[in-house]
Amino acid sequence: MAAVASSPLVSTTRRSVRDLRVGETGTICCLEDPVMALRLLDMGCVPGVQVRLSGRAPFGDPLMLVLGDEEYTLSVRRSEAATILLKD
Amino acid sequence: MAAARTSAVLPAAPGVPEAPARPVRIALIGNPNSGKTSLFNQLTGLNQKVGNFPGVTVDRKSGWTQLTPTRRAEIVDLPGTYSLYPKSLDERVIADLLYDPGAPGYPDFVVVTVDASNLRRSLLLFSQLADLGLPAVLALNMTDVAERRGVRVDLGALGAELGVPVVPMNARSGSGVAALKIVMAERLATPPVRFWHPDEALLPLVRQIRYYFNLHNDYLALHYAQQADHLRFLSADDRAHVQELVQRHRFDGAAEQARETIGRYDRINDVLLEAVTVTRTEQREPVSNRIDRVLTHRVGGYLIFLAVLFLLFQAIFAWAQYPMDLIDQGIGALSGWLQGHLPPGPLARLLTEGVLAGLGGVLIFIPQIALLFAFLAILEETGYMARVTFLMDKLMRPFGLSGKSVVPLISGLACAVPAIMGTRTIESWKDRMITIFVTPLMSCSARIPVYTVLVALVVPDRTAGGVFNLRGVALMGLYLLGLFSALGSAWLLKVLLKARERSYFIMEFPVYQWPRWKNVGLSIYQKVQAFVWQAGQVIVAISVLLWGLASYGPGQRQERAEAQARREAAAHRWGPAELGRQVASARLETSYAGSFGHALEPAIRPLGFDWKIGIALLTSFAAREVFVGTMSTIYSVGQDADLGTVQQKLAAEKDAAGRPFFSPARAFSLLVFYVFAMQCMSTLAVTYRETKSWRWPLAQLVYMTGLAYLASTLVWQALGA
Repeated sequence: MAAVASSPLVSTTRRSVRDLRVGETGTICCLEDPVMALRLLDMGCVPGVQVRLSGRAPFGDPLMLVLGDEEYTLSVRRSEAATILLKD
Repeated sequence: MAAARTSAVLPAAPGVPEAPARPVRIALIGNPNSGKTSLFNQLTGLNQKVGNFPGVTVDRKSGWTQLTPTRRAEIVDLPGTYSLYPKSLDERVIADLLYDPGAPGYPDFVVVTVDASNLRRSLLLFSQLADLGLPAVLALNMTDVAERRGVRVDLGALGAELGVPVVPMNARSGSGVAALKIVMAERLATPPVRFWHPDEALLPLVRQIRYYFNLHNDYLALHYAQQADHLRFLSADDRAHVQELVQRHRFDGAAEQARETIGRYDRINDVLLEAVTVTRTEQREPVSNRIDRVLTHRVGGYLIFLAVLFLLFQAIFAWAQYPMDLIDQGIGALSGWLQGHLPPGPLARLLTEGVLAGLGGVLIFIPQIALLFAFLAILEETGYMARVTFLMDKLMRPFGLSGKSVVPLISGLACAVPAIMGTRTIESWKDRMITIFVTPLMSCSARIPVYTVLVALVVPDRTAGGVFNLRGVALMGLYLLGLFSALGSAWLLKVLLKARERSYFIMEFPVYQWPRWKNVGLSIYQKVQAFVWQAGQVIVAISVLLWGLASYGPGQRQERAEAQARREAAAHRWGPAELGRQVASARLETSYAGSFGHALEPAIRPLGFDWKIGIALLTSFAAREVFVGTMSTIYSVGQDADLGTVQQKLAAEKDAAGRPFFSPARAFSLLVFYVFAMQCMSTLAVTYRETKSWRWPLAQLVYMTGLAYLASTLVWQALGA
């Protein structure tokens, strides 16, 4: 399974969407949590797609993500965003 | 709209006239916010009805459309979904409908609504449907939005790549719908293009399932392997058989699903390379994102949300007053006219005191219910509701709720029944149970009648500080009491329920747009119609029954009580008006209804209630909105006909010392009782259906009614006694 990182070692070194600063863009590398991955994939969070953190809810959670080339906006909790790992 | 590709349309056999035989059945499917509901409304207009999918409580919206003068079609609106792998209970009905080609409701073909500004993700669902071998038409919506963003779709190329007719349209304005109908009227063949094939290694399993169930394609068989446990049309033996096969072949459902989805996106990327060109003129942030910065601002966001709620209450209370007064006066006038023109007797009294009093109690709330549903529909239509979910998630979580609980809770302001059904979008079991349990504590529209009448009775119609209508403030207070009790109860339940389970929040923000007034109008129309017919029948029936129970009594007790009253009147030399009142009061007290009320009185005396309120409490245990009709009926028995409105009737009621019976303390005790008490059969029934257990509805009944009893006792003992 290329898209779902199975080794926990990978996650500790990689940045995730949760680590993005507001306005910063990254590229999805892989999805860490196999169950969460199914939902994220259906919603278009596919490895290789660009993601921009466009804002945070008032208490810092959930996050607002803009996917692809400004195509659409998703909202995810910080804990969920942490499972979306970014390419270096 | 010549761009519609017709490559997959079979030519009609020459010389054979198109048979207007069986009407075509078409399923409408698409992502949430892809314009599916608007298209459904465009196609069917008022020719739609809301039913249930068999065996489940998911709304099945279907309607009729005239495709050509000779061809009618039934359109079924399926729940919005991102993929054929269901993530919520609502989405499961799609599998039940599309995976059983032998079922009577199986559609002839599907119309897939696709958001042109968001093609990559929208085509995922389309590609799955195409691989099931379902004939399909692609309704390409929002091409205008896409073009504004520099996305140009080559319709010819897209149709060729996908192998189905592609019809550009605008579900909001209705342009392109006529062309879509023409394509829908043609006979469609199974699409020739396949987007994804199960891996070689899976074929032994897939083929075994396929031949066992005699299915027409591998991909459908794969879905049986993935979802057999949830397919309602399979027998227990069939499910067990699939389970056994799945285990024997060591089939890893989740991993295969992830691999499939990624494979599909790869293929969709190829399609988009051929059919879509993106020319970004300059990087300009979409308007929606700029609006979001204001509406989800850390301070401004909440202020705006509060302002929206405040506007909602002002509308329900202040603006609705004018049409309500008109209806009230109309009913009063009609009642007076009937009393003047009908021969006096049981018939005239049945009509005015029974039927008309009950009917008035129903009709008068149409303005408030219409306004409430208009507000909710507009919030949903504009896309604001999703932002409320986003704003509230963090705040709700300490209470064991999620941001997704907010929409059911707000819908609970209209009616707990659809609100509880709406909790199916909450995927976590614990979050969902807590939301279901506390939603009935939100003040629903059936409580509006009770609130309106009692607040108007004891709160002066004054403006404080230049803006705040005191009655509006009192009403808001009652709603807040409901809200805080819901949150408190949720917290309690979170502590009590031990289940540790993941809760998910991921969701899409729809693009902000102006509400489609047609959709808002249809929503109001359907809700008001349902209220008038469903609630109305119950209310009028109970009103008539109650009038009978209040007018007649067991044996000769009423006659004896009347004779007693007349003797007292003669002794005290009362005038005819006072005599009439005493006689009516004596007769009511000795009637069947009076006996019920008296039996109940010892239990409710600590709350400040008497036997007349007891009767109203008893009748409103079926449904709260009956309260006002009951009060109207009970208090109109024997009163002057020109006391038309319920409020006047209640205000005229005096206690033993001659002061108004409905003192502020008594009215507030009654109001608090109605805030908390579980008095709705439909809510209990829907809780049972949604939780599949009697434990939850029973717990709701005992908990809420107990809370109501305690709170009312507190209010009365503190203020009144």
